[in-house]
Amino acid sequence: MKMLGLSRKDTTFLLIVIALTLFTPILLQPFPEGSGLATFNAGYPDLMQRFAIFGIFAIGFNILFGLTGYLSFGHAAFLGVGSYSVVWMYKLLGYSVVPGILLAVVVSAVFALVIGFISLRRSGIYFSILTLAFAQMSYNLAYSVLTPLTNGETGLQVYTNDPQVLMGENSPTSPHFFGIVMNESSKLNVGGWEFTFNNGYYFTAIVAILVFYLSMRIFRSPFGLMLRAIKTNQTRLNYTGLNSRPYTLAAFVISGMYAGLAGALMASMDPLAGAERMQWTASGEVVLMTILGGAGTLMGPILGAGFIKYFENIFSKINDNMLHQWFAWMPDGIENFLIGVSHFFVGKSWHLTLGLLFMLVVIFLPGGLVEGGQRIARRFRSRKSKDDGSEAQTQPAE
Amino acid sequence: MSKSNFTRRGLLKTGAVTGAGLAMPTIFTSGAMAFTNEPTGDTVTFGFNVPQTGPYADEGLDELRAQELAIEHINGMGDGGMLNTFSSKALGGDGIMGKKAAFVTGDTQTKSDAARASAKSMIEKDGVVMINGGSSSGVAVAVQGLCQEAGIIFMAGLTHSNDTTGKDRKANGFRHFFNAYMSGAALAPVLKNAYGTDRRAYHLTADYTWGWTQQESIQSATEALGWETVNNVMTPVGAGDFSSYITPVLNSGADVLILNHYGGDMINSLTQAVQFGLRDAQANGKNFEIVVPLYSELMAAGAGENIKGVYGSMNWNWQLTDPGTQAFVKSFGEKYGRPPSNSAHTCYVQTLLYADAVTRAGSFNPCAVAEALEGFEFDGMGNGPVLYRAEDHQCFKDVLVMKGADNPTTEYDTLEIVEQTPVSQVTYEPNHPMFGGDEASLGECNDGA
Repeated sequence: MKMLGLSRKDTTFLLIVIALTLFTPILLQPFPEGSGLATFNAGYPDLMQRFAIFGIFAIGFNILFGLTGYLSFGHAAFLGVGSYSVVWMYKLLGYSVVPGILLAVVVSAVFALVIGFISLRRSGIYFSILTLAFAQMSYNLAYSVLTPLTNGETGLQVYTNDPQVLMGENSPTSPHFFGIVMNESSKLNVGGWEFTFNNGYYFTAIVAILVFYLSMRIFRSPFGLMLRAIKTNQTRLNYTGLNSRPYTLAAFVISGMYAGLAGALMASMDPLAGAERMQWTASGEVVLMTILGGAGTLMGPILGAGFIKYFENIFSKINDNMLHQWFAWMPDGIENFLIGVSHFFVGKSWHLTLGLLFMLVVIFLPGGLVEGGQRIARRFRSRKSKDDGSEAQTQPAE
Repeated sequence: MSKSNFTRRGLLKTGAVTGAGLAMPTIFTSGAMAFTNEPTGDTVTFGFNVPQTGPYADEGLDELRAQELAIEHINGMGDGGMLNTFSSKALGGDGIMGKKAAFVTGDTQTKSDAARASAKSMIEKDGVVMINGGSSSGVAVAVQGLCQEAGIIFMAGLTHSNDTTGKDRKANGFRHFFNAYMSGAALAPVLKNAYGTDRRAYHLTADYTWGWTQQESIQSATEALGWETVNNVMTPVGAGDFSSYITPVLNSGADVLILNHYGGDMINSLTQAVQFGLRDAQANGKNFEIVVPLYSELMAAGAGENIKGVYGSMNWNWQLTDPGTQAFVKSFGEKYGRPPSNSAHTCYVQTLLYADAVTRAGSFNPCAVAEALEGFEFDGMGNGPVLYRAEDHQCFKDVLVMKGADNPTTEYDTLEIVEQTPVSQVTYEPNHPMFGGDEASLGECNDGA
């Protein structure tokens, strides 16, 4: 089965990704409502949207970092630019997300072209520092000097007295895609489970699948091969008489556009753009996501993004009260001991848990979560049948 | 293909068929509630969204302590705290309208985005009817906007910027804490008495929304006294080293330095100003003075010796002697072994005020609750008589002017109360130009239905 210019293996892979994405609202809701473990459910609209959006961000980052090896520490700047573009379109035109998303991709491409043109004159650590400097500059400008444009610390938002020239009488009053309102959901109750199918999630998920397909094509294209050659040995490439800069610049712009799109989608789900979106911590986060999931693999960055967002949103909300509920059935001494220990890993200490896991992954699985998956798959295969060959492999190794 | 009968295609097919089968007999429910997160069980959930990591984490944790205490008092545990002194007796210590109050917590990280993500998960996943918290004006404004869109009530915590109930005011958002304008109005007469009317002020201002509104408010209040503003220099947030900003102050012809900084920035800038000898200096034949318009216990502790004799303002302080304050300090102290902070107080009061408004309204519907809070007058919560003004959802009450104590006995009384500025002196019109002027509007109340 081949389609859309993909090999048979990739087609299967794409279909699996599509299926996983579409069934996310069910897959992320494994525990019934009201049960003690329901805290670990992640199937609510905001988090699912974040999985898809940061997935896009990381996929784009991976085109630059995974393929060319250029480590950008300033990708959050494009994320912020994308968000601001969308909110400005809301303010000027109305709540349709389409003009904003288009503008965001164009504006972030222009930004990436300028920043990339300057930063790519250097490579390695110098490139990283240059991008970091640009991003931090954008952040500080957005936070203070550019306040008329960005509304500073408070964040850009839509006010009732904004022009919104395209808003009709019956237009929805929150972001929508041709009338499909992003924050509307249908709920499905099966037994004790409640599944939420949110319009916004499906919108981001479909965009994510499209850009995932695009990144797959880039990975498999001659252009992608050229990028990989740059990563392997740029000096040798230069000595063969090839000018590698147009390729790296193209990769930088493409990945900047991905980041802009992700930023645009963030503002499409939630009509507010804040300057922190551009801070260096946000740039660092996408680096972590990519490395945690597996740099240079197709699926890795998405897994990494999901992993980090899950910890940020689920573990940070566990407080001592919940711990008491969970461990209440134990004898007092053990209960208090367990609560005392777990206290250091949940709630305000979620950073610690994430940090430990990141260390474990980097030490034992240098290829990221994807490598872990492959190791498990390999073990299964060798146990089941020897002649299975490579067909059962769902995740391509890079 | 492999001989195993567990194929991908088979799996996909089975998955699709099962999915369709599951979906068949059930009905998609959507919008079945009368308003967002209408509580149907025997509990009602509040969301406490405070900074647990980042620069304001200490304040966030103190807020959490107070919020937890408020929940206990609402549910009739402990000694009842301020419920005993509160002028409204609607709450009987048996929960809210027969429902037990419960809460979930989240970490804002002092970032608007993270705060909104955390608030959204509370609304979408935990089904909260009210969110309380926020130790930064940017975060408070962002979360307030979110609550407005989602159709739940936002009870702001520590947020001092004029914008929260000024140009960014929202029908679903309420603020008990005072604001930058009130700080200026309360400080001015005290500064006049202490330093006279012929002074030249030099401002160092944190370069963001809160800093600007703070600076604007103080400048207009001091200029009304006859003071002159020599210069206003913006400093980046989190600068750490302020020496290059402080050096020019002495030769500028100014004789008062006003530090519009908060948190770690204020601790650093004040410490460095004192180290540079500004406090011992003479200018224009007068003693050089430093003013810090917004104080908190945490900053006072951080700045140590350097705050001695420095004036500032606060919303509330545990050293007040009214019965409400005493009741709160007693139950907080018994539970946590320390006096509550200014920010803990405002969060505690906001939680009780919400619960009380629900009971008086007889409904959890945010629009009914908002109506019960609008124009609500109460007493016994530590600030004397207070009005929740209907036009902008801002509380009007006395403001405390504080001074760094000369001889503190413990780490908790490093600040002493100089004056309790009466509410009449800090009141302003709802369409005051610093609060968005005539354009600012609350908008329509949203219940999410």
